[in-house]
Amino acid sequence: MPPGVLQIKAMSGHAGTVPGRGVQREEEVCKYIDVTTCIGCKACEVACVEWNDMPFQQTSFDNTYQTMPSTAWNYWNLIKFNEHQHDDGTLQWLMRKDQCMHCEDPGCLRACPADGAIVQYTNGIVDFQQENCIGCQYCVSGCPFDIPKFNGATKKVYKCTLCSDRVGQGLEPACIKSCPTGCLKFGTKTDMRAIADKRAQQLREHSGFPNAGVYDPPSVHGTHVIYVLHDITHPERYGGLPANPQIPVTYTFWKRVAKPIGLLMALAAAPIAFFHYITEGPKEAQPPDSGLPQ
Amino acid sequence: MRTVVHTGELVRHPAYTRILHWAVAIFFVLSLLSGFAIYTPWLFQPLSALFGGAPMTRLLHPWFSLGFVMAFALQTLNWLQPMTWTSDDRRWLKHLKAYVTNAERLEPEYVDFFNAGQKLYFWTIAASAVVFFVSGIPMWFPRTFGRTIVAIGYVLHDLAALTMLVGFIVHIYEGTAAQPGTFQAMTRGTVEKRWAWTHHPAWYRRVTGRDPRADYEQARRRLAERRSDA
Repeated sequence: MPPGVLQIKAMSGHAGTVPGRGVQREEEVCKYIDVTTCIGCKACEVACVEWNDMPFQQTSFDNTYQTMPSTAWNYWNLIKFNEHQHDDGTLQWLMRKDQCMHCEDPGCLRACPADGAIVQYTNGIVDFQQENCIGCQYCVSGCPFDIPKFNGATKKVYKCTLCSDRVGQGLEPACIKSCPTGCLKFGTKTDMRAIADKRAQQLREHSGFPNAGVYDPPSVHGTHVIYVLHDITHPERYGGLPANPQIPVTYTFWKRVAKPIGLLMALAAAPIAFFHYITEGPKEAQPPDSGLPQ
Repeated sequence: MRTVVHTGELVRHPAYTRILHWAVAIFFVLSLLSGFAIYTPWLFQPLSALFGGAPMTRLLHPWFSLGFVMAFALQTLNWLQPMTWTSDDRRWLKHLKAYVTNAERLEPEYVDFFNAGQKLYFWTIAASAVVFFVSGIPMWFPRTFGRTIVAIGYVLHDLAALTMLVGFIVHIYEGTAAQPGTFQAMTRGTVEKRWAWTHHPAWYRRVTGRDPRADYEQARRRLAERRSDA
């Protein structure tokens, strides 16, 4: 049910304004992630697996604190641990909660050829509908963040839903609920962006991070998951966050414009052949009758 | 596997060639229909229903294509000699306008087993099949190759498909309505002699040892006599 439908409009015998009127200022939601206060406890990873009732399987250890090398079809939320050595020899331990960014302009949705396999809600959540997925994995190459993961057994692709089932009932996503430091917050896009900007300013002015900033990439028209980073000029240090995420042009111009035109041009061969027959006629074997010399 | 040759006929395509041709044709049409389901949202629902649903369409498409590529590879080996481009083919292309406008009753005397148009069609399909195969592999296994290669492959795959579709439509027209008597070359495997001296005179000369023009003139005279008798 879309938010606002059960909002009370009028009330009998009630003095004053209707309670709750105008509470829903904005429909677009956002997840706020402050990597500077993340302690890498992985409570969000556990909450995600628990809420989504995901089976756990063997993983590989790569000498870091990271649970597995990358997110998986049944592991949508992963803290990426990176040890970055600065030029002056100092070390910075970077932790970033990696999951679907819920782009305002989703590359996965643009790439997908299957009717209704990927939907974008008005609140900004991008959700995969596995019953409509055909397993072609175009979304995998459409995504600039390497998020959709293919399950070879079910031949379907899976990713973080931003807990659309919880958000639809007015609850915050499971990862947000579990975070002990408050580095994860959930609310409207405007609110989260304002908090993030304020926090980045604080980091720049008071905490010695002159390059601190908010990651909300305009190349995908912003995301519904935003990061506060110590150094916005080098997002790739945080486990490969792309500085300028791009959707291949082939998924936009080619699919919507060039494809239908190309198809019509190719099919034009059929009427051309027909009118050739009408105007030039068939090429008969000569002489054009059964006057065979035998 | 045999070819029945009636009186007044020549063997055009032996059974092996015909079986390969129809294997190519069946796999091509299956690949085309399943591919066009994925190609554009407007064809997705109607065409995917033909293959038992969209996931099944996606599952089958690469296997249909593999069948097409393998059958076509065998046909290429089978036809390497008659499809070889020669200096006569360059001459034929200059005469293309007369061919398309149906200006001349008989093909030029140098036209052998295949004319230059047939050869061009064959090698266009061969080149498109290579592009198809090379671009289709990354689309089949996207995580092995990375985003950029898949995105480029996606466009190349479609361009090859459109090229093939144009060729395919022209091919069907030329093989049926445009030239009566041609279709049976790929079904029963034989053609009438007069079809051979009309469309492929040099081939007629090679297999019968007779002069195509002289035989045509003789047939024309006999027909005229029979008409005057009647």
